[in-house]
Amino acid sequence: MTTDLTSGDAAALALHVDAFGRMVMALPGAAPVVNVVPVRCFPFTSPTQRVSLCDPQGHEVACITDLADLDPGVRSLLEQELSRREFVPTIRRILDISQGSEPTAWHVETDRGEVRFVLTSEDHVRRLGLNGVLISDAEGVRYRVLDTRALDPQGKKLLKRYL
Amino acid sequence: MNDSTERRNNALHPSLAILAPHLDPGERILASFRLDLDPSRAFREGIVALTERRLIAMDDLAARTGFRAWPLEAVTGLTATDRGGLGTLEALGADGLLGRWHYTLGRAKGVASVLDVFAGLRAERQVPSATAGQEADLEVPETVQPEEPPRVGTLFRLLRFARPHLAWLALGLCLTLTSTAAGLIPPLLTWPLVDDIFAPYQEQVKIARDDPTIGEVAREARLESLREKAHEPFAMVPWYLLGMIGSGLAAWGLGWGQGWVLARLSERISADLRNTTYAHVHSLSLDYFSAKRTGDLVTRISTDSDRICYFLSDTLTDFTADALMIVGIAAMLFYMDPLLAAATLCTFPGVAWLTYTTRTRLSEGFARGYRAWDEMTSILSDTIPGVRVVKAFAQERREVERFKASNDRIVAANDRVNRVWTFFWPMVAMLNQMGLVVAWAFGAWRVFDQVITVGVLTAFLAYIARFYGRLESMTRMAGSTQRAAASAQRIFEVLDRAPSVAEPANPVSPGRLKGEVELRNVGFRFGNRRILDDVSITIRPGEMVGVVGPTGAGKTTLLNLICRFYDVTDGSILVDGKDIRSFPTLEYRRNIGIVLQDPFLFYGTIAENIAYGRPAASHDEIIAAARAARAHEFILQLPDGYDSIVGERGQTLSGGERQRISIARALLIDPRLLILDEATSSVDTQTEIQIQEALDNLVRGRTTLAIAHRLSTLRNADRIVVLDGGRIVETGSHEQLIAADGLYRSLYEAQSRHEMEHPGEGAPVEPLPPQALLRAEPSRKESP
Ligand SMILES: Nc1ncnc2c1ncn2[C@@H]1O[C@H](COP(=O)(O)OP(=O)(O)O)[C@@H](O)[C@H]1O
Ligand SMILES: [Mg+2]
Repeated sequence: MTTDLTSGDAAALALHVDAFGRMVMALPGAAPVVNVVPVRCFPFTSPTQRVSLCDPQGHEVACITDLADLDPGVRSLLEQELSRREFVPTIRRILDISQGSEPTAWHVETDRGEVRFVLTSEDHVRRLGLNGVLISDAEGVRYRVLDTRALDPQGKKLLKRYL
Repeated sequence: MNDSTERRNNALHPSLAILAPHLDPGERILASFRLDLDPSRAFREGIVALTERRLIAMDDLAARTGFRAWPLEAVTGLTATDRGGLGTLEALGADGLLGRWHYTLGRAKGVASVLDVFAGLRAERQVPSATAGQEADLEVPETVQPEEPPRVGTLFRLLRFARPHLAWLALGLCLTLTSTAAGLIPPLLTWPLVDDIFAPYQEQVKIARDDPTIGEVAREARLESLREKAHEPFAMVPWYLLGMIGSGLAAWGLGWGQGWVLARLSERISADLRNTTYAHVHSLSLDYFSAKRTGDLVTRISTDSDRICYFLSDTLTDFTADALMIVGIAAMLFYMDPLLAAATLCTFPGVAWLTYTTRTRLSEGFARGYRAWDEMTSILSDTIPGVRVVKAFAQERREVERFKASNDRIVAANDRVNRVWTFFWPMVAMLNQMGLVVAWAFGAWRVFDQVITVGVLTAFLAYIARFYGRLESMTRMAGSTQRAAASAQRIFEVLDRAPSVAEPANPVSPGRLKGEVELRNVGFRFGNRRILDDVSITIRPGEMVGVVGPTGAGKTTLLNLICRFYDVTDGSILVDGKDIRSFPTLEYRRNIGIVLQDPFLFYGTIAENIAYGRPAASHDEIIAAARAARAHEFILQLPDGYDSIVGERGQTLSGGERQRISIARALLIDPRLLILDEATSSVDTQTEIQIQEALDNLVRGRTTLAIAHRLSTLRNADRIVVLDGGRIVETGSHEQLIAADGLYRSLYEAQSRHEMEHPGEGAPVEPLPPQALLRAEPSRKESP
């Protein structure tokens, strides 16, 4: 069925983006597949391993076991395409969280600029690994804190009540 | 409609004015959509707008940069998609992508107006277009808690949990004792203060004042000389006061230490209690859980242990301190004047008796209150998870009424307790006041009789007031003691429950089983109801056996017995020739994979759920299991793939998806014995085919027992066992059973008839030919 692309196969994988912005996948000895969508199987626990290429219907066409096996050019294109589809801003500073009962209004500074969002329930703050945190706002946008220890003291204090 | 859109947009977004310089004369904005992300997906306000001629966009409204425009003829399609909170709007031209914009889903509503207007303009020009949308789902959480009757003796059983903390307990009691003793000192100091200093002085002063034989001047001189002489005894006063301050400070410090030590101790005891109870609950067999409400168990482990903790740290400590104080004071009183002590304490037996009788009344009352409370929480734990049914049948009002009625019963029950309770302690206070009056009266007489001094009486009265104060606070604790006793009883009820699936005395390690299962004259009863009777069958390793029969025939019970959730009443079950009761349960179950009709997934990621039976499994193994279970591709569609949280908003999985995850979960432990209980009956035919495929993977090379409602599911079974009324009535292959013209045939024909009358609703009539499966699963062998 689907192909797991381990070291040798992965190195032979060719990818390019066509004029319509669709990604085209080619493997030696097979017809190119147009409009494949890369998906990380484990975006948080192991982002660079197990990246799946799916067709628009969601069927898996191939699965790259490790991005390190890819040709560097292909890899950077793939990472670019992946990052385009993934939108999880990283919170650098927590400027304010409204006091009182839920929903709470958050004002944060992310790697993509300052933003305000609403958190409907503290259930939407979830630990990622040892020190990471993933926050889903009322609209379903997720924000990450890579390492809570790296936050400034005020940010740590504000976040503490949710962990 | 376009006009109103325009007016609204113009009114809402003054930012449209920013676009004005870019518009041609006479060009009007029909619809616009404010973006909150720029092309690099940084938070920045941008805009996409449609005019009757052009699609225009500006990436950065604040800086007024990044303006682009396309004539509508060049735009062949406008599509919106979203994933994980990020929305993407794409404009396509004949030769490729024209533009791509991003926004967070908060803005997603606005994009619809642009797509609508675009579709409208398209229709005018007869060119096709496309749009996309999304869905949301709702989950309701669960809440619960109840109560029951008491017995103070149960509290002593808590000592078992105090044993590991004996040193702390001793320290705590020591501190209690010393702080109590320190509290007893101040009244003792008033005695010499009055008798040795104040009383003699005042007496001499009085004599000097009232002496008629001397004149005014001589009287003044006499008083002055008395004052002079009094300096010496009065010099002692500060020392006595210092003694009072000292003992007060000591009582405070020691009380603090005692409170801290005992709070620490009780926190540990109740944590031990919780851990022990929780571990014990897990050792109980399945029938305990089926008979108990979940909410009830949850309260026992959480609320009841907390109430005990409160009792130990607060009530019990105060109680001990009070009891010690009372004994101490009583000793002191008897030391000062036994007769007076005996007389003043005459109300004490009255109070004791009153407390005792009230306590019984109280505990009955509390028990009633707890039962009413129980009923109310069971309504809660019933209707909150079942809120969909309540809403679907529009029964909100009735449920509210039902809740109100049970709440009224709580109020009524508590009113009765409160009547007793509120009568009780003012009564105690009154009796104590009486005791005080008796002390005064008797004291007056004793002073008159010249048996005791005023100093003794003063100290005595100070003690007696304290005594009754302590007594009152002790009687007030009766309530919380009763409550704690009730809680302790509820916890010990769980702990006293012996696991009905006992661990063997001489366990034989099963290791990795071959998978031969033999049932020998198995019988099983629930209470006195016979569920299974004389069931015998031998299953070869790797064989697949289907179990069919009417509902209530005992199919599930049979599989539960094989899993050893219950133990057989008669006969025995042998696996690889050994009685399963000789295996340690955990090791035995490690060989079994179970897929149930309504699979339960835990709160956690998909990956964690799949690896539940083997947490150390690698990502590759998890993916392999998910692929075999046909779950891989739908998992990839979730925003976080295998890292998605099950049950989180918008990620509620459908029945078929949960089913496939549970199949992957069973597959990952690579079981020797596979148990399927109606694994596919709650899903549609299409999903069933997929699940069936997944199951075929799972079944290969394992001993399998499968219950199926749809007989077609068992097309691969080597043998089919037909159960009816707890007995095996037929055994054989599908063809043999059809030929035998028995129960199986009638079940089969009933299903076929139903299928014919309601096509497309139930299961496929004929066992699916292999080609049908191939067609159902689109082949995708694009890559080598
Ligand atoms: N925990 C239980 N306590 C008492 N009776 C039970 C219990 N579980 C099942 N039963 C009864 O046992 C009979 C067989 O049940 P079951 O094995 O679930 O039937 P099915 O063949 O539909 O799976 C039913 O009549 C059911 O009411
Ligand atoms: Mg059943």
